Amino acid sequence: MDLDRQRELNALRPDLLRFARLQLRDAGAAEDAVQETLLAALTGSQRFESRSSYKTWLNSILRNKIIDTIRRQSREQSVSSLADDEAGDDLLDDALFDRGGHWQDSAKPGRWADPEASFEQQQFWKVFEACLDHLPAKTARVFMMREILGLETEEICKETGISSSNCWVVLHRARLGLRTCLETNWFAGAGT
Amino acid sequence: MSQEQDRSLTLAERLGLRLHVLICTGCSNYRRQMGILRAACRRFGSGGTP
Repeated sequence: MDLDRQRELNALRPDLLRFARLQLRDAGAAEDAVQETLLAALTGSQRFESRSSYKTWLNSILRNKIIDTIRRQSREQSVSSLADDEAGDDLLDDALFDRGGHWQDSAKPGRWADPEASFEQQQFWKVFEACLDHLPAKTARVFMMREILGLETEEICKETGISSSNCWVVLHRARLGLRTCLETNWFAGAGT
Repeated sequence: MSQEQDRSLTLAERLGLRLHVLICTGCSNYRRQMGILRAACRRFGSGGTP
């Protein structure tokens, strides 16, 4: 059997658009990336047995379109330094670590029980998206290039014009921020 | 711990990290969370969310 593609596309479009907006933080560019994805999807001739395999395929096209967009953007405009994201870093450090650099008791990472069970819940992904969206824009850009679009740090450095050591610091900040957000809003609460 | 996700650590770094994690439960939880975070990102990026 083959899916009713047009109907599936219409149903999946909002998800794709949300995904692109989260990555690009630019409604116009996100809209363009999704349009190009839908166009490519309609001209493709592969057959899909299920909605989930179709969704996986669409997502891989969209990821590539987003990477193209990021590359184009970095050619067209010089990506300014990440300095403006760093203002809150000292505050975050003070909240998480004591003077000796040890975890504050209140901030000590807990043991996240059964992540696979969380991954099956729609509510978990709402929290996850909100936490990603909550990261400072440029920190989020670097983190998502690395972890969601799957680029190597070398290429991220090239596209964003930051050094690899700065890149590692930014990625560390992003991971620290994201895990704190997930622990507070999901794993420490009713979600587990 | 973040960097071990992005590059291979040197032997000295690996040993130092292993020793530290042994005595720091917050850190071993943190390290586990880094793995979960990566798995979540993969799932999210591939459209494999419910």
